[in-house]
Amino acid sequence: MSELTAPIAGNVWKILVAVGDKVEMDDEVIILEALKMETPIYCEESGTIAEIKIKEGDAVNEGDVLVIFG
Amino acid sequence: MFDILKDLIYSSGLVSLTAGNMVMWLISFILLYLAIKKRYEPLLLLPIAFGILIVNLPLTYLMEPEHGLIWFFYHYGIELDIIPPIIFLGLGAMIDFGPLIANPKTLLLGAGAQAGLYVTFFAAVLFGFDLQEAASIAIIGGADGPTTIYLTSKLAPHLLGATAVSAYAYMALVPIIQPPVMKLLTTNHERKIVMKKLRPVSKLQRVCFPIITAMTIMLIVPSAAPLISMLMLGNLFKESGVVERLTNASSNELMNIVTIFLGLSVGATMTAGTFLNPKVLFIFFLGLFAFVISTAAGLLMAKFMNLFLKDKINPLIGAAGVSAVPMAARCVHKVGSEANRRNYLLMYAMGPNVAGVIGTVVAAAILLKNLG
Repeated sequence: MSELTAPIAGNVWKILVAVGDKVEMDDEVIILEALKMETPIYCEESGTIAEIKIKEGDAVNEGDVLVIFG
Repeated sequence: MFDILKDLIYSSGLVSLTAGNMVMWLISFILLYLAIKKRYEPLLLLPIAFGILIVNLPLTYLMEPEHGLIWFFYHYGIELDIIPPIIFLGLGAMIDFGPLIANPKTLLLGAGAQAGLYVTFFAAVLFGFDLQEAASIAIIGGADGPTTIYLTSKLAPHLLGATAVSAYAYMALVPIIQPPVMKLLTTNHERKIVMKKLRPVSKLQRVCFPIITAMTIMLIVPSAAPLISMLMLGNLFKESGVVERLTNASSNELMNIVTIFLGLSVGATMTAGTFLNPKVLFIFFLGLFAFVISTAAGLLMAKFMNLFLKDKINPLIGAAGVSAVPMAARCVHKVGSEANRRNYLLMYAMGPNVAGVIGTVVAAAILLKNLG
């Protein structure tokens, strides 16, 4: 069980996956918005999404957990 | 009856209209298009463009000393140097110096990028500009609008329109101008470097930063005081966390209000008579040169630092040493993620980026002290 954390602080702009989705390494999972710029966050491994810890519009800090893989 | 009609025609602006005026209308329309349709720095370009338009309608006397409406805005706002420091107050209230505090080495990148200013200064002198004009043109390389306006209004007010418009234009064009320079001066391997995580910054450090920086810079370069004092006061408002109303007033209402007068006044200095000469066109060229050299200097400075650093920095962040905040940092992030999609350089680039603001102010103060 591993997790994906926010590499930078920002607001959650779009969540591109749902619980149960299978994702591959380098897939786009979430788009964060920081300094008026959309920053796509990519998977660092392959797996299945077990839990999404945030919702669109949330403010996240660097290091916050975004999704947990099953 | 005929006399009245004749009188009406002669007192209308149409008779006094020159071809130059109409060329300026065209420039104004182009800037309006870029601001409205392309959204290039619309907050400034829109009032600047409208200022250009109305000042090139003859016989309105809007810029007539002691009489014209916009002359008063210009005189009290820019000639007396009130507006640029107020803008800096607002910037201070918005800027997060955290990435710089976490990684103070990046201050060197903000300073290194100012090399472009000095190269351009000598280039402009070689091309026949006098020292004051050359300094006003060189500061465009810092890519900082308010500082450019501040310095030009003191040293070479007749060039104000040209230097201000080119500074703001190049800030808007960061995503087009910088990437080729960045790719030319770095290897793909260097662009892939993932940087060591920034250490967390405590509230005490954030509060102390503006106080210590203000004291240090003003003791060493007293002529930087108007801009640095306001910048650091704004930042102290923000970081203290106890005067949210003042923070908001500085960064929103006050800043928006003076931006209107700033843009309109800068635009209004651009009459056909002062703007349409080959010298001015050359300023745009030299300004671009300054901006490219500054970008290159920041990149090379970062590569130079890497010779000594154990934890290598990604040299791209050197390009953010020009002060266009946050456009340059965004640009670094984008070019970095093209090389390695899981490389998020945004916050690392904000360090040199905000250092660049301080660096440009200090550079301007040194030029001002020696040439003013």
